[in-house]
Amino acid sequence: MKVLVTVKEVAEVEEDFQLDGLRVAEQYLDYDLNEWDEYAVEAAVQIAEENDDVEVVSATIGPERSEETIRMALAKGVDRAIRVWDDALEDVDLLDVGAKTRLLSAVVEEEEPDLVLTGVQANDDSFGATGVSLASAIDFEWAAVVNDLDLDIDGAVANVRRELEGGVEELTEVDLPAVLTIQTGINEPRYASLRGIRQAQSKEIKPMALSDLGLDGAALESDLVLTDMYEPETESEATYFEGGAGEQAAELATVLREKGVGAQ
Amino acid sequence: MSDVLAITEHRRGELRDVSFELVTAGADLVGDTGGDLHLAVIGGDTDGFAEELSLDGVDTIHTVTEGDEFNHDVYVQAVTELYEELDPTYVLIGNTVNGLDYAPAVAEGLDLPLVTDAVGLQNDGTLEVTREMYASKVESTIEVNADRAVVTIRPGEWDATEAAGEPAVEVFDFTLDESRVRSRVTGFEEVGSGDVDISEADVLVSVGRGIEEEENIELVQDLADALDATLSSSRPIVDNGWLPKDRQVGQSGKVVTPKVYLAVGISGAVQHVAGMKGAENIIAINTDPDAPIFDIADYGIVGDLFDVVPELIEQFE
Ligand SMILES: Cc1cc2nc3c(=O)[nH]c(=O)nc-3n(C[C@H](O)[C@H](O)[C@H](O)COP(=O)(O)OP(=O)(O)OC[C@H]3O[C@@H](n4cnc5c(N)ncnc54)[C@H](O)[C@@H]3O)c2cc1C
Repeated sequence: MKVLVTVKEVAEVEEDFQLDGLRVAEQYLDYDLNEWDEYAVEAAVQIAEENDDVEVVSATIGPERSEETIRMALAKGVDRAIRVWDDALEDVDLLDVGAKTRLLSAVVEEEEPDLVLTGVQANDDSFGATGVSLASAIDFEWAAVVNDLDLDIDGAVANVRRELEGGVEELTEVDLPAVLTIQTGINEPRYASLRGIRQAQSKEIKPMALSDLGLDGAALESDLVLTDMYEPETESEATYFEGGAGEQAAELATVLREKGVGAQ
Repeated sequence: MSDVLAITEHRRGELRDVSFELVTAGADLVGDTGGDLHLAVIGGDTDGFAEELSLDGVDTIHTVTEGDEFNHDVYVQAVTELYEELDPTYVLIGNTVNGLDYAPAVAEGLDLPLVTDAVGLQNDGTLEVTREMYASKVESTIEVNADRAVVTIRPGEWDATEAAGEPAVEVFDFTLDESRVRSRVTGFEEVGSGDVDISEADVLVSVGRGIEEEENIELVQDLADALDATLSSSRPIVDNGWLPKDRQVGQSGKVVTPKVYLAVGISGAVQHVAGMKGAENIIAINTDPDAPIFDIADYGIVGDLFDVVPELIEQFE
């Protein structure tokens, strides 16, 4: 069995930052493995540990820089990685769900996995849609926002819990092959061991350009155009307590007491 | 002229709030461009739901009597068939857990552009969608350069339509392809409640990822004790196993409405805010002056919780 797990390197914006046209200026960005993908990686590695003959392959759309993040996934037990990039991607302001779907579908065609795991959403653009869109494109079944997974490989069914709003969970049987979008809290992502980190150095990260995937620039075309980016107007009407921590705490204590909080 | 088809949402016999917000968003859109607002109700008590959804601005409600609860395989087929029959310009869906479980498949199958989690929509000939990025630190505008699109809207961003109207109600018949229904919903479960019900508490001290380490939870527990308050948290604290699930405030946790909500080291992500924005007094302690939690706070301390919390405990001892 082969499990494909999508791994995105996401940018986090520092507290103070500036925009540079339709991007956040590079010096204010920190890169990290997307939080939701970290749980997806752990779920994939656990499947490999619990079953015989499971290969875990990760797929990333990202520039060379993202290899650092991919190594983190490899260090946690992913067997090998694919990194899709192309000069044509450099200038894309907005890689929309459709374009990501086309790129990842081509990877699926190459790899023919039995199960695909993605994060529920990426912490930077938060579309939250790639997993389900991909499932539709490759004709896999799917489930979104999965926080518990019990795989019945022989029966070709994934028994999942989907986390709905308001503390309600849905129990669903999903026929395999499937794409599952993984929610945080499904497991406890491991730290990479020193041995894992060493081994990761020798694992394969295969770069693939559009042409390697049988695609051309048309795959990146989108009807969505990013036209503006700005810092939202602060809507804060809060009363701020100034001064050192002691003074701030004293003022807050006064307000809290006025509201009837705490021992008098 | 551009028609809008909005797909309503229900669960366990009740229409969800977002259904009424979709009516408002949809009516605004057809208000800009001219055209009809169609609603769809798929599964469950379609007649009862149609009656509740007979609201101002709605032209036609299409009922699809297929199953009791949400099943994405049924929804994808029903919405696709409705789209082909009605030929609307825009399909609107709630940006909910279930919305995100079928909207992307509908868009992909129909080869339509998809914009999720809209917080604003405008149409002066071209559809412009406002969204948030980078954990709400940046807002962006996306122009849809296509005649048609699927858009999901963030719950709570549009007012609910309540005024009654007189839409036509039509049963939409279509033949479900059973071979394409490859998932089965087998039940629901409530997340277990322990000894403490945070939704009943008058005063909540709520801790977020700013606390950094499990052993530091004790510090905010001490604060809660000093204030005679109950301890709750944002999601990462529960994901890490530092507090039980029934302490989680938010979209997937509990909705709380205390008199005082003290958010300690919580950024105020939309899914967290969904659970606590109804608190009477919101107080935030955060090192980041631009953290979105300050947008809804009544009182704010820009500062390090490890400095402020011990001082605050001292004030109450
Ligand atoms: C489908 C779905 C459902 C979700 N449901 C929920 C939900 O029910 N509830 C929920 O909470 N989240 C939920 N989330 C997750 C949500 O998106 C956020 O990831 C989460 O709320 C972030 O929690 P946080 O604010 O504690 O952490 P962060 O966003 O990491 O924020 C930590 C904050 O602490 C501040 N900080 C750091 N150090 C200090 C210090 N020393 N002193 C003071 N401040 C400090 C930082 O400035 C930052 O603002 C859900 C997500 C999805 C996709």
